[in-house]
Amino acid sequence: MPEKPKVAFYWCASCGGCEESVVDLAEDILMVVENVEIVFWPVAMDFKKKDVEAMPDGSIAACFLNGAIRTEEQEEMAHLLRRKSKVLIAYGACAHLGGIPALANQFSRERVMEWAYDKCPTVTNAKGTRPQVEFKDGARTATLPAFRNVVRALDQVVDVDYYIPGCAPTPKLLKDAVVALLSGKLPPKGTTLAPDIALCDECPRKSSKPTDVGFAEFRRPHMAEIDPNLCMLAQGFVCMGPATRGGCGALCLNGNMPCTGCFGPTSRVRDQGAKILSSICSSIAPKDEAGIDGVLEGIPDPVGTFYRYGLARCLLRRRVDIKDGAEVAAK
Amino acid sequence: MDNGDGKVRIGFYVCHCGTNIAGTVDVASVAKYAAGLPGVAVSRDYKYMCSDPGQDLIGEDIREHGLNRIVVAACSPCLHEATFRTATARAGLNPFFCHLVNIREHASWVHSDRAAATAKVYDLIRAACGRVRHHKALERKRVNVRPEVLVVGGGIAGIQAALTVAESGKKVYLVEREPTIGGHMAMFDKTFPTLDCAACILTPKMSQVKAHPNITLWTYSEVAAVEGFVGNFKVKVRRKPRYVNEEACVGCMECVDACIYKEPKFEDEFNQRLGKRKPVYMSFPQATPKVVQIDPETCLHFKTGKCKQPCIASCSRNAFDFNQEERFEDIDVGAIIVATGFKPFDPARSPKYGYGHFPNVYTSLEVERLVNSAGPTGGEVVMRDGRKPKSVGIVHCVGSRNLQTNRWCSKVCCMYSLKLAHLIKEHTHAEVYNFYIDMRTPGKGYEEFYNQLLEEGVHFIRGKVAEVTDWAMTPEEEGKLVMRVEDTLAGFVRRIPVDMVVLAVGLEPQADAQGVRRMFNISCSSEGFFLERHPKLAPVDTATDGVYLAGACQGPKDIPDSVAQAGAAAAQAMALIDKGYIEMEPNAAFIDSEECSGCKSCIPLCPYTAISFDEVTVKATINEALCKGCGTCVAACPSGSIKQNLFEDVEIFSEIEEVLANA
Repeated sequence: MPEKPKVAFYWCASCGGCEESVVDLAEDILMVVENVEIVFWPVAMDFKKKDVEAMPDGSIAACFLNGAIRTEEQEEMAHLLRRKSKVLIAYGACAHLGGIPALANQFSRERVMEWAYDKCPTVTNAKGTRPQVEFKDGARTATLPAFRNVVRALDQVVDVDYYIPGCAPTPKLLKDAVVALLSGKLPPKGTTLAPDIALCDECPRKSSKPTDVGFAEFRRPHMAEIDPNLCMLAQGFVCMGPATRGGCGALCLNGNMPCTGCFGPTSRVRDQGAKILSSICSSIAPKDEAGIDGVLEGIPDPVGTFYRYGLARCLLRRRVDIKDGAEVAAK
Repeated sequence: MDNGDGKVRIGFYVCHCGTNIAGTVDVASVAKYAAGLPGVAVSRDYKYMCSDPGQDLIGEDIREHGLNRIVVAACSPCLHEATFRTATARAGLNPFFCHLVNIREHASWVHSDRAAATAKVYDLIRAACGRVRHHKALERKRVNVRPEVLVVGGGIAGIQAALTVAESGKKVYLVEREPTIGGHMAMFDKTFPTLDCAACILTPKMSQVKAHPNITLWTYSEVAAVEGFVGNFKVKVRRKPRYVNEEACVGCMECVDACIYKEPKFEDEFNQRLGKRKPVYMSFPQATPKVVQIDPETCLHFKTGKCKQPCIASCSRNAFDFNQEERFEDIDVGAIIVATGFKPFDPARSPKYGYGHFPNVYTSLEVERLVNSAGPTGGEVVMRDGRKPKSVGIVHCVGSRNLQTNRWCSKVCCMYSLKLAHLIKEHTHAEVYNFYIDMRTPGKGYEEFYNQLLEEGVHFIRGKVAEVTDWAMTPEEEGKLVMRVEDTLAGFVRRIPVDMVVLAVGLEPQADAQGVRRMFNISCSSEGFFLERHPKLAPVDTATDGVYLAGACQGPKDIPDSVAQAGAAAAQAMALIDKGYIEMEPNAAFIDSEECSGCKSCIPLCPYTAISFDEVTVKATINEALCKGCGTCVAACPSGSIKQNLFEDVEIFSEIEEVLANA
């Protein structure tokens, strides 16, 4: 019997939902386990970094890496797994686009630290202690991985072969990817393993969208009863569907919630948030400045709305604090 | 054309433009710099690239060096993009592999620091060489042009345009909102400066329109909708019911005599409400078409249903049809001439002149009717109180050249005020005072006419009238309208009592100009008149191909100017139609239907209504012939499924990356 292909799962800056999505394969996981050998999966099995280092380069057939890259350690692991894997797959929205953690790119590293260790109302830190990369206590030295200035998607750190989108990816996408890997029928490198058409194409509410939405107001989902059959945009709820890759089966819409954009843009778009912004803002009904401002008040957190998953991929990369013309706390 | 090896081979040319560019930009070093850029096979500087030898240079290099991309750093693409694309095409290379960089308007003309300007040119040409490698071979498409022309508005401009086009053998639809063609000119008595009778020169043209075999005349009709694009417009015309069969009525007026109302009782719009008409009426004796119509607002039958209808009984031709309803005609035309005219300024907006308050304050158009022998008084200048005026004050610039009302000079008021002064004096022998700010009489025979008026004894007072009042301060002012004015030549404030005041109202855009603008997809300039494509070099074209402007809808104009412009618009329309086809620039947007999710975001955004939703494929489609390549939909398509030739992402991003490479 030939050797089974080796597969690894790893997580970086992530919530663990992607790991859950593997388990969500349900009985299909048996098919996976039957056909592959899992050589690394810290969340479920006891392996150490040194075990991976001991493997020959390129010996892992496929590594599914989820989570964004914020720390030095995550960077190291990404490089290590890249070296050991034939195919590296950015798994889930954070590895794919930066995801929720990348929303921190709105703030400088210093502001993040300040909030987490001082200003946050639930924090008591009278001494103003901050985490250090190295701490000596007598003869003992404790170390922590460095915290980088910016949150990055996986391919902003290492070369990535494929992307599986979603927060979290649906079991179907994972299963299709595993089947493709096993059969060797893989698309060209760099492909996102999901349909390359926006969500509206598969949305059950598509036919209810009027030609001219003409937004007179925006509402957030908790503010009104949502018509389960009518296009979300027609009801004034920001729906990322037009700017988001389909393939999820319109899960959120079927749950009567608007799309938040976790599958990221189509292959033709660099900046998902900029695209939906230019589309939605072009369709605001009032044409005078005060009227437009009034409508836009309905979107109190535009970055969190339009770049919920894609801020690491935004053309405007991150916030820097400028003091006396120089960037504060450079890398 | 990649010479089989897939390699990009750029020919780069920098133009001196005499000293226009070379005076500020070090062109020799630009050529040297370009030679070192990736893909550049030939790099040259030349004194005048647009000259024949300059253009030949491109062709020779394409043949000799196997170039497959051309970058010319010279002036604005508006001037010479076509020149260099054509030169490229002559050498057998697709013209869209040629890209022009504007280093004159964007560098040499706007900078004085030679080193900095040259460095900027480095950035610009690097960007051009970066983008041109991604260019594709594109084809211009041909679209056939229909031979019919629609003329909107039947004033003198529309009449002239329609007759010119019809005379060339083309079919014309002339649509007029009012019951008759003729427009404002039909209301005038005489025309300046020659004092020919307006009707005598206009009505033959009106009859010609009616009789012309190539003109379909629809009066009392309005354009309701316009779709399509240059060469292929689909127009819907609303034809309002006049309750009289136009084909049957010969305008004998028997019905008007027979009407149940023995006396004219209702305000006559054509006579500026100075006279009365019956519910069945004709605007004026030479109305064209010569057909009566019924005003349902005043007709007893329509109001009560209890009229004996003597009009029907009197008509020997059975022309009446009280069941007539609004109907629509659909026509296809290749070109449209918009000649919708102007609206006189409403002097109630300048209350200091007392219009509407003092009965003896008139607008100039009202006086045109008073002096007209076909007017409500048979040509007698009789005031609303029945008196003949012994003194008349004419106020120039009413509504015009005023920050509170309209800022522009209405151009015709000085001249028509002179004409009215002459006519009033002729009719009444009254003392006539002209109150003017500046006398503006440029034009053939115009200044001479002004001099003639000076000799006729008309008074000219240079000053802006502050107020028209009936508050008498001296016995001579009792019962008079007193005009308070600072006489800026005499240098003191005067009070001039007169019997009658004439307000020389300015010209404004029609009240519905904005709606009309939207319907025909054209623009308005800031004051609301329709915007020509270029104020000097394309004065009758609009930004929408196939739509032309004639007459005062584009800005205040007198009759000769309107007629001249109408002729120009007709010539433009005929040039388009006679060619029989148009070539579309290939910079249109296009949708890959595989990629479109059918979200419809693009559809309402297109300013040219080029995008529609295909209900079968449930995806958007772009009509290439309508697309102007503005890029709005390309930017707005949330899934990046609309692309634009010459502006694909890879072209724009490589341009940006290169221009910033040294930043």
